[in-house]
Amino acid sequence: MLIPHPLLGPRDAQEFTYLGDAALLNRPEGGDEAAFHAYTHLRDNPAGPHRELWYHEQGDRSWLVVTRDTATHEIVAAELAMDVKGAAR
Amino acid sequence: MTRIPGGLVDRSRTLSFTFDGTRYEGHPGDTLASALMANGVRLVGRSFKYHRPRGIFSAGSEEPNALVTLRSGARAEPNTRATCVELYDGLAATSQNRWPCLDFDALAVNDIASPFLAAGFYYKTFMWPKPFWEKLYEPLIRRAAGLGALGRDPDPDAYDKGFLHCDLLVIGGGAAGLAAALTAGRAGASVILADEDFRLGGRLLMESHLLDDGPAAAWVAAAEADLDTMPNVRILRRTTVFGSYDHGIFGAIERVGDHLPRPETVRQTLWRITARHSILAAGATERHIPFADNDRPGILLGGALRAYVNRWGVTPQARDSDRVAIFTDNDDGHRTAADLVARGVPVLAVIDPRRDARRFGEYQLFSGATVTGSTGRRSLTSIEITRDGRSDVLECAVLGVSGGWNPNVHLASHHRGRPQWSQAHQAFLPPADLPPGMAVAGAAAGHGSPHAALRSGAQTAARLLDCSAALLPHAEDAPLCQLPLWHVPGRGRAWVDFQSDVTVKDIALAHRENMRSVEHLKRWTTLGMATDQGKTANVTALGVMAELTGASVAQTGTTVFRPPYTPVALAALGGGDSGMTFRPTRLTPTHGFAVAHGARLVEAGQWMRAQMFPRAGETHWRDTVDREVMAVRAGVGLCDVTTLGKIDVQGADAGAFLDRIYCNAMASLRVGKVRYGLMLREDGFAYDDGTCARLADTHYVVTTTTANAGLVYSRMEFARQCLWPDLDVQLISTTDAWAQIAVAGPKSRALLERVVDGFDMSNAAVPFMSCAALTVCGGVRARLFRISFSGELAYEIAVPARYGNALMARLADLGQDLGVTPYGTEALSVLRIEKGHAAAAELNGQTTAQMVGMGRMVSTRKDSIGAVMSRRKGLVSDTRRLVGLRAIDPAARIPAGAHLFAQGAARVTATDQGWVTSACWSPHLKTPIALGFLADGAERMGETIVAANPLEGDEVTLTVTSPHFIDPEGDRLRG
Repeated sequence: MLIPHPLLGPRDAQEFTYLGDAALLNRPEGGDEAAFHAYTHLRDNPAGPHRELWYHEQGDRSWLVVTRDTATHEIVAAELAMDVKGAAR
Repeated sequence: MTRIPGGLVDRSRTLSFTFDGTRYEGHPGDTLASALMANGVRLVGRSFKYHRPRGIFSAGSEEPNALVTLRSGARAEPNTRATCVELYDGLAATSQNRWPCLDFDALAVNDIASPFLAAGFYYKTFMWPKPFWEKLYEPLIRRAAGLGALGRDPDPDAYDKGFLHCDLLVIGGGAAGLAAALTAGRAGASVILADEDFRLGGRLLMESHLLDDGPAAAWVAAAEADLDTMPNVRILRRTTVFGSYDHGIFGAIERVGDHLPRPETVRQTLWRITARHSILAAGATERHIPFADNDRPGILLGGALRAYVNRWGVTPQARDSDRVAIFTDNDDGHRTAADLVARGVPVLAVIDPRRDARRFGEYQLFSGATVTGSTGRRSLTSIEITRDGRSDVLECAVLGVSGGWNPNVHLASHHRGRPQWSQAHQAFLPPADLPPGMAVAGAAAGHGSPHAALRSGAQTAARLLDCSAALLPHAEDAPLCQLPLWHVPGRGRAWVDFQSDVTVKDIALAHRENMRSVEHLKRWTTLGMATDQGKTANVTALGVMAELTGASVAQTGTTVFRPPYTPVALAALGGGDSGMTFRPTRLTPTHGFAVAHGARLVEAGQWMRAQMFPRAGETHWRDTVDREVMAVRAGVGLCDVTTLGKIDVQGADAGAFLDRIYCNAMASLRVGKVRYGLMLREDGFAYDDGTCARLADTHYVVTTTTANAGLVYSRMEFARQCLWPDLDVQLISTTDAWAQIAVAGPKSRALLERVVDGFDMSNAAVPFMSCAALTVCGGVRARLFRISFSGELAYEIAVPARYGNALMARLADLGQDLGVTPYGTEALSVLRIEKGHAAAAELNGQTTAQMVGMGRMVSTRKDSIGAVMSRRKGLVSDTRRLVGLRAIDPAARIPAGAHLFAQGAARVTATDQGWVTSACWSPHLKTPIALGFLADGAERMGETIVAANPLEGDEVTLTVTSPHFIDPEGDRLRG
């Protein structure tokens, strides 16, 4: 697979490590154990578009939010996680 | 000898080779198959299950029968297709799956037992008694079945991998592929043309077609010369594109050295090709027609028979007098007959089930007839022809069988697109949902005539690249008429899949047993599951199944196509990354010093670390380790600790950031101080530990364990970028930038005073858990950390990595009178167990801060990763604690991993009270000691318990103690 890095252009997926669901960006605030349980352990596993985290470990070490269709591997977007997080604020 | 004139072999040169020890001769341009054929060798192997005699069946990579072991010793390669092996001088091949020899195979008795070995037999028989399956039946079946055997020696050859990029990848160098490459090449596109053969041309080399009134091979040579002049075209010969992957990426294997007696450089190269567009021009594979006893040597595909005559100038006859017949349900078989006659090989008969079949040349035609049987023990001697219920026996030694052509749609279907049945072609065509960027041309798309193939190749390339199609030669464009005959009904066994020994009867049995879905059929009968993946069998089997179910072939459908297209050596997939090059080796800055001082090295992840420094006269590793430990406790020792991860954390919010990374507070750390830090996972379990030093208001340096250096760093980047991007903080790994040396022992201060540049080393100036920037050895930038892993007065000193080895040597030199001793990872480990420091065995992902005695470190005044979840009831109520364990008998051995039990308790899970994490001989206490987790451990000091190792049957009685075996008050540290 090729991942269209927003700063570096198309990069081979081998340069990245995969973390999974980008819901990990939404870490709960406060001390609610149930919220942390959901955050830590519960993940969606859709067949179709999926927003997920990739780390450019063999590159510029940026964390990306990649929107990938898990059924076709088509990648429709790749954004810097910092930007995604910034936009959410 | 059955050479005939003509063909594309160089008869001016002779190559010598052996098969089963017999010496034969061939020519450059021959394959092993064509050379064996030229020498009259017809029996080349035994079948998988029934050990039936088998001969050469095809002329390409689809070969199911002619599998041999090529080369010998460590280079032996089993299951090599003789039809793909390019002949070289000195080639040595042996037959497989026979004992004692190919001509007489004792296991041919399986053929007589065949009624018991039908489809799925191992699911039905050999069921009782149950234990016999694993011990007796399965090993027996496995020994009797199978093809070649792997050698046991390491592969001596080199492999490589590479990356290629292009506008257009053309897969297949036949008529369509060449036309596509010429079109794209002339348009200036970057083109890769890959073909599995050692000679470009594909089927054009195997036919008698004329292109522009000249032989096809001449046009191929001209096209090849033309492509060679184009710098934008790269031709990969002997290269199989074996898989189509996501985003236009293809896997290909180039057989760089397989055609040589011994590879000159690498044997094979794995190419990862990224292509904007691709054209699949992989041609087509001929079908056969199953009839009774259709697997005898001498029976082969009609197109292959024609290929051997046209390209290699050879026939499968053992003698010139051997007679040749053709069995075909389509015009292509008649083309074979016509070509043979034209080349002076008389054709005795053509048998064609079509009543309206026409002759293409001078041969006898049996129209409306079928072949219903054959005889011949080791090779074909006669066939039975049946017409209108009347049978005749015809003596012949060669039978070409033509059942139509299947487009090679494999790569077009690797993204799960299902091939579509075409009634007009009587074959499956590529799916509509092709891999993105791919188009299919030539026979692979059903355009099988030379005219159609050339035109579709050129036009497809022109369409993809928006350019004009190359000018092409005039070529024949005859339609192919066919009335498909999926099998000849009859009583005998008619083989469908030769390599898996699957017959029409097996398919019928599967049908009766309700295995009607093609996926079930495949798995029940093993059809198409051998090394050839059923290239000559699958579609025929679908036709047979469709007949049985009454459904159409289109409704029956195909199984899923998956890479690789043909077998790929695992070594090639590894791309040469084996042995010491499997992963990078990282050497510590003081590696030179360690080697010069006779260190024994040990792998620690990617690192090579000094495990110990044995001295002359030390006969056991314990002698060395005990000496090194005692030297640290009594004097001073040196150990390279560079491998611990170092992460530089800078920014106005560095302290706030670290507060969230570590469970304990870091923002409150004063400049010039060091604090132990523990990281948790978000689920509340302990993750990694290290030290955190504050060098300046906005500058921290943190360390991680060696094993987790990379993981902790990526996790901290995750926290910085994904959780708290608003914090003003930057991270960089400096593990490789700084060499760090532990200087430990009561005389460490005295030693360091000799290298610092006028720096005050007093206890008041550099107290325990402080840090400082300074210079050493006359101006070398350095960082000093007063921290201790050993429990002694100790420091770690860091210098830029390039000075590490020199500093180590200087310290070793200057400290001789202090008894300075370099020590390795073994002594390091003993020292930390004696001191009761947790390490990887204790922080193994299943333990909590509380369990390692650091529960109170988890701050409740701030949020940090894992803090909330660490307060879960289940974690908090866990009473297991890290304890010290001391053997009562000094001669005992405490096995790490042993489980802990109360004295007298049953050694079962229900009474299990914990486990031993780390154990060693303590030279300081002169007894075996250990660390472990024990239920209610904090309240059981002084109790006698048992560590049991039921796996090896030993037990040891232990006293529970504090994990701090030495200096529990910490006086040594602070002195």
